[in-house]
Amino acid sequence: MATSPSQTAMPTERSQSSRVLDKAFVWLTGAFAIGVGFVLLAIAFRVGTDALPAIQKFGLSFLTTSRWSVNDEVFGALTQIYGTLVTSFIALLIAVPIGIGVALFLSEDYLPPRIKQPVVFLIELLAAIPSVVYGLWGIFVLIPLLKPFGIWLNTNFGWIPLFSTAPSGPGIYVAGIILSIMILPIIAAISRDSLVAVPAEIRQAAYGLGATRWETIFQVILPAAFSGIVGGIMLALGRAMGETMAVTMVIGNSNSISPSILSQGSTVSSLLANQFAEAGGLQVSSLMYAALILFGLTLVVNVLAEIIVRRFSLKL
Amino acid sequence: MASELQSARKTETVFRTENLNIYYGDFLAVRDISIEIPKNKITAFIGPSGCGKSTVLRCFNRLNDLIKSFHLDGKLFYHDQDLYAPEIDPVEVRRQIGMVFQKPNPFPKSIYDNVAFGPRLLGYKGDMDELVERSLKQAALWDDIKDKLKAMGTDLSGGQQQRLCIARAIAVQPDVILMDEPCSALDPISTLKVEDLLQELKEKYTILIVTHNMQQASRASDRTAFFNVEANAKGQRTGYIVEYDRTEVIFQSPKEQATQAYVSGRFG
Ligand SMILES: Nc1ncnc2c1ncn2[C@@H]1O[C@H](COP(=O)(O)OP(=O)(O)OP(=O)(O)O)[C@@H](O)[C@H]1O
Ligand SMILES: [Mg+2]
Repeated sequence: MATSPSQTAMPTERSQSSRVLDKAFVWLTGAFAIGVGFVLLAIAFRVGTDALPAIQKFGLSFLTTSRWSVNDEVFGALTQIYGTLVTSFIALLIAVPIGIGVALFLSEDYLPPRIKQPVVFLIELLAAIPSVVYGLWGIFVLIPLLKPFGIWLNTNFGWIPLFSTAPSGPGIYVAGIILSIMILPIIAAISRDSLVAVPAEIRQAAYGLGATRWETIFQVILPAAFSGIVGGIMLALGRAMGETMAVTMVIGNSNSISPSILSQGSTVSSLLANQFAEAGGLQVSSLMYAALILFGLTLVVNVLAEIIVRRFSLKL
Repeated sequence: MASELQSARKTETVFRTENLNIYYGDFLAVRDISIEIPKNKITAFIGPSGCGKSTVLRCFNRLNDLIKSFHLDGKLFYHDQDLYAPEIDPVEVRRQIGMVFQKPNPFPKSIYDNVAFGPRLLGYKGDMDELVERSLKQAALWDDIKDKLKAMGTDLSGGQQQRLCIARAIAVQPDVILMDEPCSALDPISTLKVEDLLQELKEKYTILIVTHNMQQASRASDRTAFFNVEANAKGQRTGYIVEYDRTEVIFQSPKEQATQAYVSGRFG
């Protein structure tokens, strides 16, 4: 610092206590960070060792068979893996277009800010509803609401395997729809953030070349926000695959596997939620095995998300 | 509409404004603009910050339409066509009148796709590779990047990015190119390259350029408009044109005291 002689010199020496505090802070945050990593590893290790007997007994056939018999001690999680994938897929199918649409609508200047802010807040509030409340709402509102629609699908399009069973109330499609509502705010909020982050100059450039609003959105803004949007979708997918309470309440928890989305089913997490309390012996080990698979699935999704986001991230 | 604008490309005066007043909401940003911009010439806008050079420039391709509070009165003719007539589509206008911005703003796409963007919008049926190459050559960028057309436009240096933006603008073969301080983010060498480029481009295009660089205006332009800004009774700072003439006149024998002071760097 350049100080004129008339001023008192700036104290440049830092006090001892401030240095110590600085060091302590670094150590403390470091310890927390390592602690979190350690907890994660510890959980993975514990689940892994507990699953070991089932892994040794059933090997990969655990993934390809669907018999779940406590009496015979034969376990296979195909139904649940299938249910997890199908419900998540349905959820994405619905939530991705709607979520991106909402994000686009809220990132453009269609609404005056006075109305826009509350709408953004309301959508984010959707994420704050506890999942058991979604489950109750599913049972008492969504299931009765969807049943006529399910019956209509079955009577008119029953020849398509997807709709080949008569709906009995709960079912895979109900779970998928509940999930789609639950992940919608994640997709909408993250997509909106990445759309808003696209520099205004790029938008101006497109308009300056004579692009219409739609051409600008679809050819410039969306591609520029692509990585962020994909990141949001992957995060949502992770959430959908792990969601337990609401799904358990509306999916029917049957162990039969059927191509029809109108039939009942179960997911890995609903299986865990339903059985852990009374399980013992090899069954616990099998549940741990199933948990490990879910763990692996979400890990794959997150790694994929990371790769996609890195690969396509905006270089500006 | 396209045909109206296209067939309008005949006269020697490209733009003519009559008592243009430009507002943002209640704020009168620029008043009383009455100028004529000649064809195949470079016209420079100079003046202190905030005097409304960009505001006026952006009226010529109706880019200001994107700002909700913007409106204007008075007349703005593109050749013989009233540019703000209700039947004129701003999107069509921007296809004829290209723009290069202050900050280089390539799309986060490949160099090739940046240049091809405009022609694709227009549904260009010809040889796209050839058009891209020709535009990049005109923008004096071809030799720098001919081996890496697939590279991201955003990975180029600032000067290269700006020339890419120029190539992108001329790829649609506009009638006019508007440039808002195109060299302000560039080093002196890139700046000179862009200035050389302007001299070549004016053979085919009419160019309007906003610049804070006096040497650039005097070196590169044929005509110069000097803008100034004045506070009115309500304290609103409204811009206006002090003097508009051939560049030599503005820089060597201006009629107004304020112009003399500004171009000689004694402004204040
Ligand atoms: N979008 C806008 N909304 C409201 N006022 C604006 C807007 N854009 C510009 N203005 C105002 O209009 C006046 C002219 O601004 P303009 O950007 O045209 O000046 P300029 O001559 O280009 O300045 P500079 O040399 O700094 O770029 C300024 O007072 C500015 O605050
Ligand atoms: Mg400006």
